[in-house]
Parts: sequence; structure tokens; C-alpha cells
Amino acid sequence: MFKSSLNSINEIFAKIAENATLYLPSDNKDGNAVYTKWENGVVWSNSLNTVKSPKDFFFPQVEDMMAFKTEGKNIEINDIREESEDFVVFGVRACDVRSFDILDRVFLVDPCDSYYANRREHGIIISVACTKPSETCFCKTFDIDATNPGGDITVWKTEDSLYWSANTDRGRELLSKLNLEECGDEAVNEQKAKTEAILNKLPLANLNTDGFGGDKTDALFDRPEWKTLSESCLGCGTCTFVCPTCQCYDIKDFNTGNQVIRYRCWDSCMYSDFTKMAHGNNRLSQVERFRQRFMHKLVYYPANNDGIFGCAGCGRCVSKCPISMNIVKVMKTLGGND
Amino acid sequence: MQVNEYKPLIVAFCCNWCSYAGADLAGNNRLNYPADVKIIRVPCSCRVNPTFILRAFQKGADGVILCGCHPGDCHYTSGNYYTRRRMSLLFSMLDYLGIERERTRVEWVSAAEGAKFAATMNDFAEKVVALGKNKRLEDLRCKK
Amino acid sequence: MQKITRDVLVSKAISLLEDGNVSHVLGWRKGEFDYDITPSVFSEKEDIENNFVWNDFCGANFSKYLVQKTRKLEGKILVFLKPCDTYSFNQLLTEHRFDRDNVYAVGIPCEGMADISKVKKICGEGISSIDFDGDNILVNTVYEDAPIVIDAKSVLSERCINCKSKKHVAFDELIGEEGEIIESGRFDEVEKLEKMTPDERFEFWQSELSKCIRCNACRDVCPACTCEKCVFDNPKSGVENKAPANSFEEKMFHIIRAFHVAGRCTDCGECSRVCPQDIPLHLLNRKFIKDIDNFYGEYQAGAEVGSRAPLVDYTTEDVEPSDIFEGRNG
Repeated sequence: MFKSSLNSINEIFAKIAENATLYLPSDNKDGNAVYTKWENGVVWSNSLNTVKSPKDFFFPQVEDMMAFKTEGKNIEINDIREESEDFVVFGVRACDVRSFDILDRVFLVDPCDSYYANRREHGIIISVACTKPSETCFCKTFDIDATNPGGDITVWKTEDSLYWSANTDRGRELLSKLNLEECGDEAVNEQKAKTEAILNKLPLANLNTDGFGGDKTDALFDRPEWKTLSESCLGCGTCTFVCPTCQCYDIKDFNTGNQVIRYRCWDSCMYSDFTKMAHGNNRLSQVERFRQRFMHKLVYYPANNDGIFGCAGCGRCVSKCPISMNIVKVMKTLGGND
Repeated sequence: MQVNEYKPLIVAFCCNWCSYAGADLAGNNRLNYPADVKIIRVPCSCRVNPTFILRAFQKGADGVILCGCHPGDCHYTSGNYYTRRRMSLLFSMLDYLGIERERTRVEWVSAAEGAKFAATMNDFAEKVVALGKNKRLEDLRCKK
Repeated sequence: MQKITRDVLVSKAISLLEDGNVSHVLGWRKGEFDYDITPSVFSEKEDIENNFVWNDFCGANFSKYLVQKTRKLEGKILVFLKPCDTYSFNQLLTEHRFDRDNVYAVGIPCEGMADISKVKKICGEGISSIDFDGDNILVNTVYEDAPIVIDAKSVLSERCINCKSKKHVAFDELIGEEGEIIESGRFDEVEKLEKMTPDERFEFWQSELSKCIRCNACRDVCPACTCEKCVFDNPKSGVENKAPANSFEEKMFHIIRAFHVAGRCTDCGECSRVCPQDIPLHLLNRKFIKDIDNFYGEYQAGAEVGSRAPLVDYTTEDVEPSDIFEGRNG
């Protein structure tokens, strides 16, 4: 365990930024935290978390895949991918660290998604333990420890200091370059206990996953409550696009006039034209689309991934849904919660 | 010696009944107007909706001009009256978003006004050249 | 801060339901933390008694739901409408989007709705419950023993600070007192922008619109956006896109959307309320409203059923596009 004073944080940021691009949450003019490229003057946000999740770093909302040109009967295909540069993401919370595991299980299994893998290889995650969780937080439900977030390096913040501990070789290598002073873990344990006490007081502290899991398709699929839960869903993509674990995308072509660029962009299962095929859409009503999103996270994903749920409990959808309908309400209605 | 002269791309939407015929007359009379003006014929000026204008900018236009029959002379009685309202609001909105005013224009050109057509295009092209390349409504992908 | 209490609305809903006048009630369903309220259809007395809420966070405008619900549900629907909601209600009727005979509209006075993000800027995270006491909002958090007292006026949402009308323009029955149309300062912000230089305006909108994540929440919540298929969802339109692929796409989407509702937008403010990125979308709509007022005479969409929207109307004396900037520099 290593220690640094909170006042010297900008010097540490400068040191990290010497070898890699550094991103961290910083407040924009509306006072919302967004991941921002660090340079002198960029201030680390005090907010609990960013509006958009850090999945953008590995799975960007829009990404060019290739370009092609036709001339007569010839077609010329160009690889327009760019090799990712080394980067460091600082300030990632425990929920978002888990989201990378969830995404890895989709993109890194065979056939491996080379675009995603390339970025994963070049990115170092520095997580920061939560000290002031929000009422919308429910990471505990998915056995995530907000006081011990993981990633390549974990950082704990106290009143005046930061404590650093590396979890991977990459993390150890980076940490050794920062020349921090070694220390014991008493202060960290104290801080963990404080946060733990608050986590237990949160309104959603007792939310559990009883009633969900890979074997629950039959039990949940035809439940009549889906209809009432989804009745006022607008069918917008807010929940999907702020979600750190949603991983669906669409592949589209854009004709620039000179060539065609094939790109992929996030898609939302809430949209009426999601996975539209020649025969039309396979989910015709908003009830079906709504059900799909939650069944995917709470049943289908764990069925294929050793029982791990496809939600990290970050609470973004809870606070951003225009009609305040979210996974918590779904779990409380359909699961074994009171 | 190489002259690096900036050539703007101008899209002119012309209604079939008046302005397109006006452009024809300009040609018949051997009146000069810039070759950078690309004319797109539409049945009536009110066929043009704001998406057309924005799409033209997206695909690389530096200026977009819309020509129709004089108010009162629309082949379909009232099409250009609607155009007038639509474009007033659209141009005001584009200005509000900080897009240069001189990049868009509406001009009424009748079939007999070949000279006006040529003069309008010359004047419009001059204004667009003065502004330079369209940077504020460009789609960078279309430059690739 | 609301003067009409929940109990009045609950007993109204139950009595209409029990008398058989209506078979469904469109109302606000309580959530987990007193502020996360979901629009919902109630059909049982017990459900209404337990789960119906009315407080400073009931901002959702029900008018658009009538389009879908009147087609799906049997029998009459009771809908509670705040003054601003009644304008959307009328506008939808003007466009024949639902059958008036299937709806029983109860107008309710509104003292303005609170913006939860403004509340959170004051009290921070960790809200465990919210109480209301006169003009104050009492917020209990897991971090403080005593509730944090917030003046409800200080956390009013933008659209309520600039409320244009406390008068209901449509109802079958009115609860409480009827209000007046208000001289609001809703165009002040637009004027401020107009006075900037084009470069400043461009920079302002570029920074705002670049936040867009194209979630389509603004469109999907908008009572004026009731197309069966949106041009931006239609691959054949040539402009369809699911992502803000670059700065052009963002502008295209928002200009076209604002234009499509120009003259039909009642300025209900739902678009800005739901935007997850806090983009001031109402400033686009208000610009069109202001221009329409200036160019073609005062017009308030939804003020009456059957009025002709300015963009499907004309006079032979209309201002020319070349003259719109006259007398204005910048």
C-alpha cells in the first residue's frame, strides 16, 4: 500500500500523463461529471460518478470498421482502424470495474472482437473506492464491494490523502513509477468501515437477486407484470446508452460520396427498429422490447456466463430514465424482494 | 503559375415551372454564371424541406439557394407561400445556431428572368466565396 | 408546495371509477425514493389508495399517453392535467390524434414542479425520503440526521420558473381555482443568444449539442412528436442514424426535430426535462415560437382546438426570407 497527499494529486496526474493519455471524471459547465482528457487545469470531480459510463473507452458509441470503394466491377476494401494508444482511466468506480468484466465475457470470447481487445490491451484502469454512495446505488446486490473496487490499481480517498494499491502487473509497473511513500492499511480499513456503514443504510441495500438467474426463463417470461411495468416506457434509449454493461450494436454503411464507410454504433433493444431484418422486427411491442432488456441482464446473461448478472448496480438508469422505470422496480416486482 | 483559387460548391434548388426555365433562358441567352452552381430541379419550391438544405451542406455544399416562382405566380397556387414561411424560420434558426447567414438564400425567379437568374447566382457565389469553405455544417466523413 | 392535496385527487379518481364514469385513471405512481415517479394506468381502487402520488415531482405530461392508451384500453380514461399539459392535450386533439369522447379530463392547478437535479445540487447524494411542508421541501439523506430544508421556489425546474400559463385551456372538470395566463420571461434566454455574435452562438450550440447521445428521449417524450414512424428511424429516409456519428448529425437531428414541431410545440418543456445530458432543448423550440410570433403574429399552439398552425398557413403579405434579419445586427 502506498500513500500520497490529496494536494499533490495534480503532480501524480502529470506523472501518469507523461507516458499515456490520462482520462478522469471532471465536472462540465452543467456540473455533471464527464470523463475528460487530463491536462493542466482539469480538476478531478467530486461527484460520485459520470453521467455516461466509461465503457466508451473500450466500446465507443461510434466506431469506423472499414471503408470500401467500388470502381466498375472492382471493390477495394481498406482497413481504417487505428492502433490504439496507451491510456489510463482514473476514477472508475467499483460498479464500472465490474462492467468491464461483463463486457469482456461478450467481446473477448471466441470469436474475439479485435476492436475491443485492442483497446482493452492499451487501457489501464485506476479505480477509486466510493466514499459517498447515492440512494440509486445497488452494486451490493451483485456482490460488488464498493470499498474495494479492483481494476489495475485501486485508490482509496480519505479526508486529505490517497492510498494506492496495485492489483495487476501492469498496475504495479505504473505504480512503481509514481514514487509514492509506502504505508500501512489502517487508514484504508477505517475508511472502508465508514463507507460500509453507509452502504448498509442505503434505501436499496436489501435488494437481492432472488428469483433471477440463468434458470428462470420459464418462471419469468410470461409474468403478467411485464405489461404494467412497461406500460409507460417511452421506448427511448436513455437507459441503454448510460448503461455500463449494455453491449448491443448496429453496423451501418455511410456513403461519403467518395467511398462507403462501414461503422458500428450502439443500438438499443428498446428501439422499434432494433435488429430489424427482412421479415421485420422480431419484437413487435414495447412490452416485448422492455422484457428483453431486463431478461437479458437478469436471466439470459447469467445463463451463459456462470451465473454472473449483466447489471453492475451503478444506478445510472435509475436516475436518468425519463419515466423513472428501471431495473430496481423490475426486480422488486418480479423477484423475491418484499 | 498555379493559382490556388477557392471554388465553392453551390446547390440551387429550382422549381420546374419558373426558376428552372429562368435558368434555361439564362443559358439560351449566353449569360454567364458560375459553373460551381449545381441546379437541382424540383416540382415546386415547396418540395424542398429543411432536410434537403441540411443534406446539401452535409454532402459538401458551401451555399444553398432556393429559387421559385414569384409569390402569387405559383403553378400550384400557393406552394411558394409555404416555402416562404418555412425558409424564413429555417434561416433564422440556422443563424441562431451560428451558421453564416449568407450561405442560404431564397430568390424568386420567373421563366422570363434569365438575366435575374444569372445575376442572382453571380452575386450569391461572390458572397459564398467571401465566406470561404463551409466549416460549421460540414460532415467530416464526407471529406474522406 | 402543491396546494391541491393528493387526497383530493385520490377521492376524485375513486369516485369517478366507482360511479362507472371512467374505467381507467392515468396518474402518477410512487417510486422508491419519493421523487422517481412513473406515469401509470390505475384501474383498482386499492391500487390508487396505495400507490397514487401527487407532489412536486409529478412533472410528467400525460397528454401524449392518450394517443396510445385510448386505442388500447376499453372505456373512458380519466386524465389529470396540469395547465401546461392542457395545451398539449388541445394540440393533439387539433391533430386528431385521439378521440376526445374516450377521455375525461380533470384540470388540476400546479404551483410549479421541482427539478431533482437542482435538489441534489443542494443536498447531495443519498436521499432516503422527501417530505413537503408548506413552501419547503424536506430532504432526508443517509448522511445527515436532520432533514435538509429547501425552499421549493429555489429548485423549480426551468420550465416552471418561466411558466407561461396557470390557466387550463381544456378540461371536463376543474379542481381548485382557475389561474391566469402569465407574462413570462421565457424568451429572455433566446434574446440573450440572439444578441451574441454568430461565433459565440456557434460555440454555445456546438458545446451543447455535442453532449447529445442520441437516446431519442426528447423525441419520444414530446407530445408533438407523434409520427408513426420518425424520419430518423426510417432507413429509407437517408438521414436515419442511431448515433451522433459526428457534429453534423447532432445538429441535423435537433434542427429537423425542432423544425418539425415548429408551430405545434406548446413549449411544455418535457424535452429539456428528460434530457440525460441537460441540453437546453427548449431554447430551440422557443426560438421558433418567438420567430413565429414576430413574423406572423402571436400564436400559442394548443390554446384552442382546431387553430391552424403557422406553418400550414400563409398570407400573401408574409415577410420575405431575405428580410428577416432587418433591423437586427450580429
